[in-house]
Order: sequence, then structure tokens, then C-alpha cells
Amino acid sequence: MRIAGMIKRVLREMLRDKRTIALMFIAPLFILTLIYFLFQSNVTTTATLAVRGVDSTLVSAVDTDHVTIKHDTSKQSADKVIRKHDYAGMLIQKGDKLTLTLANSDQTKSAVLKQSLQAAQIKLKTKAAASAIKREAAAIKKLQQALAAATRNPAVAAQTPAQPSQSKNYTVKTHYLYGSSDSTYFDTLLPIMMGFVVFFFVFLISGIALLKERTTGTLYRLLATPVKRGEIISGYLAGYGAFALVQTLLVVLYTIFVFKVQIIGSIWNVLLINILLAAVALTMGLFISTFASSEFQMMQFIPIVVIPQIFFSGIIPVSTMPNWLQAIAHIMPLYYGATSMSNVVEKGASLTSIAPSLLILLVFVAGFLMLNLITMRKYRNV
Amino acid sequence: MTDTIQVHDLQQGYGKTIVLRDINLTVASGDILALIGPSGAGKTTLISTIMGMLKPKAGSVTVLDTTMPNRQILAKIGYMAQTDALYDVLTGRENLDFFGTMQGVTKAQMAERIPHAAGVVNLDDDLNKYVKDFSGGMKRRLSLAIALISDPPLLILDEPTVGIDPELRQQIWQELHKIADEGKTILLTTHVMEDAEEADHVMMIRNGEAIAQGTPAELTKQYQVATIEEVFLQAGRDQDAHRRND
Ligand SMILES: Nc1ncnc2c1ncn2[C@@H]1O[C@H](COP(=O)(O)OP(=O)(O)O)[C@@H](O)[C@H]1O
Ligand SMILES: [Mg+2]
Repeated sequence: MRIAGMIKRVLREMLRDKRTIALMFIAPLFILTLIYFLFQSNVTTTATLAVRGVDSTLVSAVDTDHVTIKHDTSKQSADKVIRKHDYAGMLIQKGDKLTLTLANSDQTKSAVLKQSLQAAQIKLKTKAAASAIKREAAAIKKLQQALAAATRNPAVAAQTPAQPSQSKNYTVKTHYLYGSSDSTYFDTLLPIMMGFVVFFFVFLISGIALLKERTTGTLYRLLATPVKRGEIISGYLAGYGAFALVQTLLVVLYTIFVFKVQIIGSIWNVLLINILLAAVALTMGLFISTFASSEFQMMQFIPIVVIPQIFFSGIIPVSTMPNWLQAIAHIMPLYYGATSMSNVVEKGASLTSIAPSLLILLVFVAGFLMLNLITMRKYRNV
Repeated sequence: MTDTIQVHDLQQGYGKTIVLRDINLTVASGDILALIGPSGAGKTTLISTIMGMLKPKAGSVTVLDTTMPNRQILAKIGYMAQTDALYDVLTGRENLDFFGTMQGVTKAQMAERIPHAAGVVNLDDDLNKYVKDFSGGMKRRLSLAIALISDPPLLILDEPTVGIDPELRQQIWQELHKIADEGKTILLTTHVMEDAEEADHVMMIRNGEAIAQGTPAELTKQYQVATIEEVFLQAGRDQDAHRRND
């Protein structure tokens, strides 16, 4: 009865606040669309590669849509050539030795070159296997060495043109965490962002709503009725949960029909994950709002409690992070939500396989619920 | 007649500061008690303690034969806060309906209670307006209507007459007397002396202490003055003199 009254009120307040409604339902779609265009266009980056004295088999293997080959005949050093013509990199063959120098001022271009060289390597390998031509096998080895030497450089000299260097044969492996070699970064981002937008907006809106109740005195007035503190929180949970559900549906439908992205797993799992994420965001928002005395102060919590979560949500693969950073990831609710979401959307993970993560999200919800109940004691001692 | 409110040797404060000392108070059912005192005297703190929002630091509070704090008893208390705590984007009616529901009023009862409560404070015609379009006085009246919505045996009103015009004030007092005549108890705070004169009993609070207690007639007689206001001023002077002697 009282919970129903709470829900009715929360819904009424929300529905009458047109701007907040717009923020909740239009902003996520806007952000996703922006990301779609930003990260989709990434694929069309082309890089210019200067070559000098390189075997024609190799050059033609490297030559793709993304790489423009320039033949260089000067005697200048790679550094000079790159600086002079603003190339992305230079590949020089001296006898049997290949040297790749990367400008590395634009890392996406360096990545394109490295990718192309790796692709060339694979191309030549398959050819070599088929025809067993020694010459090509040798070219692969040379290429591998050059690539290994160059890939080590960016870390050391990220800004200045990398110094040519040679080293032993490093094996260069490419891991595709999600999708395949032709999936774009957007495919990786989408499931993460689907969870994140819901998390972010529910956190913000519910937090500010409770904050407003606190500052206008309605929370105190409410607690002067026999309502249980749990009933207040439940009302919030259900009321804002309903909005989070609509928001999720909107995002999912938009993803499917506008981006034409296929969700491999079950839509129900997607909804379930987002509802749980929304519940964490809600209980966390309510709790955090205790420490804010104005909307502005609530905003100040965003860089502290929301932004860091993005970094650990899979945008940067967590498995490649140092151990201590991985440990931090494991205390971030969004890490569990986004990882499960990626697994469901891209790999069609089943409910049982994401269950452990969902359980952890539930633990977060329970924890924040307890904290909320405790902090509300401040207003009424029973 | 039983006592609706009993306060014994109450001491109350926030953190380490003591706001109320040695408060003893009984309000019989059907009685109207006015707590009168300057701002900062501790009236709101006393009310919060009686309602059980705050636990007494020392002493005891009993309301309707139940030791406070007690959540269930709040269903029997109609409360009007000192600052209007209303939902701006809801209409007057929706505010009444929401707080009524929280107070435990059923849907069937609501149909009759809302017009009655709104009638007492002359808000009948404005019930469908959003509260954000209300004037300060209208908000005050709506807050009072919310206190009345559950037709409770105990009304606790914190400065109910602030911002209310004299004509309506008189009308509200008529209603309060009617409610008291039905055997319901009313505890209110005020710093307006006219309110004190309407009450059955008066308790004067100053600097966290009860400086005078009794019916208005008893007090004016005891202090040998004509008005409650003069009683208050005299009692205040006595308190200061007493303190200097300490
Ligand atoms: N939440 C609080 N925390 C700390 N001190 C408070 C709080 N509320 C009131 N006080 C202090 O208690 C004293 C009494 O306040 P209050 O009960 O509101 O007085 P009144 O209602 O008579 O104006 C004041 O000195 C006030 O500053
Ligand atoms: Mg007060």
C-alpha cells in the first residue's frame, strides 16, 4: 500500500519533469549514435609507408587499402625521410635485414601499419606453406624481426620518431578479444555503453531526486509518517527501476534497428543485466547523495565514482592490465555489468555463465541498500 | 481522562550541545497546549523528540501510552513541520493523497477526508493546482491540511499560523477547538502571543528551559499582569536574574 503510493509519486514526479525524461531517454541514444560515428570512421584511417630496397613480394603483400606505399630512393636516414614527408613509417631493406621505423605521432596510423605488416606476414606465410618457396619464408622472418623491433619502440619513444633498432626474433601475436579481425571498435564499445548509459543516468537522476527530498525536507516529513525506511527505498527502486527498464528497451531496440548490430545472446539476459546495473546505480546514487548537500555537490561525485568505472568496464581489456589494476576492476560494479553484457551481446553467453557476475551485482545492491537504511536512521531514530 | 503526552525530566541536544534541560510536560487528551518561545528556544527540538524522530538523551517520552520512539504511533499523529515539505510538481490534491497514503488512510476514506481537510484551510478551489504555483500562505495551509488528513487523535503543529492571514487564522482556531472538543489532543508551537491565548495550556520555553507553565488565566494571575505577552517577558527576566545568581 505505502510502497504503491511511493511508486505512484516517483512516477508522477518523473513524468512531469520533461527535461529529465528527455535526458533519460534521448541522451543515451544521442551518446550511442555519437560513439557509432566516431568509432566507425576509425577504420578508414590510412597511413603512408615509405619503402626503400624492399622485395617486391613483400611490398605487394603490405600494399592494402589502408596503406599508401611511397618508394624512396634517397640516401637519407629513415628519421629524416619521415620528418620531411610526414610519413607514418618507413621500411628499409638492407641485404637480408628489414628495419621498420614508425613516426608514431598518430598512434592509430602506427597501428594501421603494424596491422598491415602483420597481415602481410600471414599472407606470405600461407603462400610459403602452399608453394614452399624459400625466398618468401625468408621474407617472413625478416618482416617478423622488423615488426618486433618496431613494436617495442612506441612505448619507449612515443612522441619522437622511433629509433631504428634490431633485436632478436619476437613473435608478434594479435588477440581479438571480441569479434574478429574485421569488427570495429564500436562493436566492443556498444555493449559496454549500453550498460554504462543506464548506470550513469539512473545514478544521477535517482541520486538527485533523493537529494532534493533531503534538502526540501520532504524526506524528514515522510519519515514523520509510519512508513518504513525500507518502503521508501523500495518505492524508489521500483519507480526508477521502471524508467531504467524503459530506457534499456529503448537502447536495445535502437541498437538492433538503427545500428543493425546483432545481439547474439538473449534479449532477456541483456534486460536482466541492465536492471541489475540500474539497481546498483540507484542504491549507490541514493547512498552517495547522503554526502552531497546540493545538486552541484552531487555532480562532483561523478568524476570520483562514475568515470573511473568506465576505464574498467572493458574499454581497455581488463585481462591485459597489471594485477593491482585488475584488483581495482573487481570492486567496480560496472566491470561485472559490462563484461556480462559484452559476453551476452557478442558471444551469446548464457544465463548460467553470467550468473556469478550477476550475483556480485546483487551483493552490491544489498550492500548499498543496507548503507541507505543505516544513513536514513539519522532522520528518524526508529 | 488519560494523558496523551507525558514528558519526564527530558534532556535533549545535538551531538554534545544540550538544547533542552529538565523538561516535564503532560498533555491530557482533548487539551490544546501551546509551546511558546523565541526562535532557537528548542521548541522544534522538543516536538521532534515527542514524535520520536530523536531519541531522548535523558528522561522519557510517552505518547498515547507508548514509549517513544515508536514508528507505529506516528500513524496516530498528524504532523505539520515548521518548514513546508511539499512536492512541488504534484498538485495540492496529490500531495494530500500521497501523505494520506503514507499515514495509512485508505482510498475509500480519502474521498471524504481530502475535501474536509482542504475545506478547513480554504484550499478547496486550489487543490488541482501544482504546489509550485502556490503562494507561501497556501503552502502553509496545505501543510496543515496534510496534518489533518488522517483525522488523528494527536495533532502536532510546528508554527502553524506563520504566514496565515488573521481571518483564516481565526477560522483555523475554530476548527482546532472543534477537534479538541472531540477529545483529540493538540500540541502546537508559536511565537505569536495571540495563539497562546487561544490555547488551554501554555508552556513557555526560553534557552532550552521551561520558564512558565499553566493555563493563560493562571499565568496572568500568577505574574499579576494583563497579557500572556507580559507573562513571557516577566518570566524571561526572572530566568535571567536566576542565572546571574547562579
Ligand atoms: N539538527 C540540528 N543540529 C544541531 N543543532 C540544532 C539542530 N536543530 C536545531 N539545533 C539547535 O538547537 C537549538 C534549538 O533549535 P529549535 O529546536 O529549532 O528551536 P525553535 O524551534 O524553538 O526555534 C538552536 O540553537 C539550534 O541551533
Ligand atoms: Mg522551530
